Amino acid sequence: MTQELNSLGFAKAPKDTRVVVAMSGGVDSSVTAALLHEEGYDVVGVTLQLYDHGAAIEKKGACCAGQDIYDAKRIAEEKGFPHYVLNYEDNFRESVIDEFADSYMNGQTPIPCVRCNQTVKFRDLLKVAQDLNADCMATGHYIKRDINAETGKAELHRAQDTGKDQSYFLFATTQEQLEFLRFPLGAWTKDVTRQHAERLGLLVCNKPDSQDICFVPNGDYASIVKKIRPEAEKVGDIIHVDGHVLGQHKGVIHYTIGQRKGLGIGGGHNDNNDPYYVVRVDPTSNQVIVGPKEALARDLIIINDCNWLRDIPADGLDVDVKLRSVSKTSPAKLYLSNNGRAEIQLETAQYGISPGQAAVCYTTGENAGRVIGGGWIIDSQNTNLKIAA
Amino acid sequence: MSLIYLDYNATAPIKPEILSLVTQVMGDVGNGSSVHRFGQRARKYIEDARNQMAQLCHVTPEQVIFTSGATESNNTVLSGYKDKRVLVSAIEHPAVLQSAPHAEMIPVTSDGLVDMEAYEALLKQSPTPAIVSIMMVNSETGVIQPIKKLAQMAHEAGALFHTDAVQAAGRIDIDLNELGVDFMCLSAHKMAGPQGVGAIIFKEGQDVPKLMQGGGQEKNCRAGTHNTAGIAGMGLAAKMALENIKSYEETIKLRDHLESEIHKISNKAVIYGENAPRVGNTCNVGLPDTPAQTQMMQLDLDGIAVSSGSACSSGSFKPSHVLTAMGASEAEAKSALRISIGWATTADEIDRFLEAWSKIAKAKN
Repeated sequence: MTQELNSLGFAKAPKDTRVVVAMSGGVDSSVTAALLHEEGYDVVGVTLQLYDHGAAIEKKGACCAGQDIYDAKRIAEEKGFPHYVLNYEDNFRESVIDEFADSYMNGQTPIPCVRCNQTVKFRDLLKVAQDLNADCMATGHYIKRDINAETGKAELHRAQDTGKDQSYFLFATTQEQLEFLRFPLGAWTKDVTRQHAERLGLLVCNKPDSQDICFVPNGDYASIVKKIRPEAEKVGDIIHVDGHVLGQHKGVIHYTIGQRKGLGIGGGHNDNNDPYYVVRVDPTSNQVIVGPKEALARDLIIINDCNWLRDIPADGLDVDVKLRSVSKTSPAKLYLSNNGRAEIQLETAQYGISPGQAAVCYTTGENAGRVIGGGWIIDSQNTNLKIAA
Repeated sequence: MSLIYLDYNATAPIKPEILSLVTQVMGDVGNGSSVHRFGQRARKYIEDARNQMAQLCHVTPEQVIFTSGATESNNTVLSGYKDKRVLVSAIEHPAVLQSAPHAEMIPVTSDGLVDMEAYEALLKQSPTPAIVSIMMVNSETGVIQPIKKLAQMAHEAGALFHTDAVQAAGRIDIDLNELGVDFMCLSAHKMAGPQGVGAIIFKEGQDVPKLMQGGGQEKNCRAGTHNTAGIAGMGLAAKMALENIKSYEETIKLRDHLESEIHKISNKAVIYGENAPRVGNTCNVGLPDTPAQTQMMQLDLDGIAVSSGSACSSGSFKPSHVLTAMGASEAEAKSALRISIGWATTADEIDRFLEAWSKIAKAKN
């Protein structure tokens, strides 16, 4: 008699299936852990201590662990499964925070959450899960993982709840990691998750969603960067795309591509008083380059450090591409190039595309929403020179 | 799956006789400071315990002050020297280090023993230190410091000498006068007594700083209602520790077996403090490139409790300052596991640990 597959996809009883759950202390991962425990799985909760919370909130004598770590521990204690806190402060500083600062200093707009998933969570923690003889590792991310019936391989799809979909932040998940990962909330809306949190009696059920970058609790990322790279606040020139100096900037850290407000150079550039936008940040010359909105238009994007979850044909692939976490997808064609790079030709030009962000590609058409993969934006161009950049 | 407890240096399992005494005393109403018979009954428990503590440390009962634990004891002693020059060893417990944040550190050798030359040089510097604080037995390595010699050097220089003897009680003889120390701090739960009770033992005639304010208990040395049940438990723990100090030989045999097997399993394993005199219950083993936090999780999931480094209240792991003071790199310190055994440990439990640990060590090779 063959054993049926359990809900995590293993041909054995839940009690014989060990699943490490990455618990942040928030609602989503708490529900994930508590549900799997309720289903009878051999759940091992792990929470990562990523930075010194006391130092981050700049409160003297505060504990190095934030409330989230205590919340995760309490869930585990109440439900009765083992839970451990792993100190990943070093890993996180090396893999995420330093790079976050460097990225700004290179005139980019980084996404630390992707780097964290890519390194600390799915490389380092996943290794620990394997060392603990876990069958798989589950997280509370909103993303769907399906098994392709033909290939038998795992695929990633946008979450059911498009508002909560986190696939953009998970594009760097490799096929190998994906085979080991599970995302039990991917088919749910946040409301369903909250209902389960309530049903399971989880004390975190009314906890608000986190909004900020975790290690920047007050949203003031500039102060974090300044601590690591003091030169981030060196004043310099604000230059118009045509080359003339418009004013002074307060340090490159304060400017991101597409930014309109807070430039401090007064009114507009023409009779209509149309505003200026940051078009480029050049850390080498310490210049912030501004121009009219049209100067932001781009239709060709170059990405590197790509991760692909399917084969990309030599003559390109029609995709929907997402160029920042909050924006909608745009139709485009994806071509692989050398050195792990790729080019994305947009059907219509997009504005405010910033190096350091990710370009994440999805299938289009009938089977839309499968994550094909993506890469980091290193450059963008306007091949349609009707509008000068 | 039966669980195996090999973390005696964190806290030792309470002995059944002590548990039953503590339970009984906790059921007897009475405040040791009260005049009536209930108070007198409570007071008897406390004073009997004081006698037992005095016997353990070879002092008179007048030289024993009960506290809420060794952390309070260490804080109390060092609170008297906040504006004076203080020397502490680099491997002290945080209860000492943070009670004297202004103190100068005495380095230790790679074996975990106080660096005598550096110590002597620090003693000679002016102004003369008011007090030196060096722990008798290190909680992480089990290394025993030559307290008699160290105290003598302090006295010759004109300094007082304090020792945190928490991990020594019941494992080696702690004769206050023979050792020549001025203050000694103890904890009940490290010697199979209850948690939340400790003591300061002081040299006859020595003034003891006062930290807790508010009442005249302990001859006006330590305010606060007595933890009568805890104190009674500590007294019995002291009595049993003294009686059983010889049977500690058995523990040493288990530890030696453990360490010889560890070396057989992995030729990369490093045992910290191996070449120094150590108490017989502690083994601190580093397995290079294998993070201790993962080792601990793996062992815990196999039902075996050991420890490593220090954990804050969230359980987040920090590498041991003791091992880095002994010259270990941060990576080495992060790979070190502490196995600490005691009165209830069996040979079978050691074998089960070895079996589980060898899986980890071999998976690495």
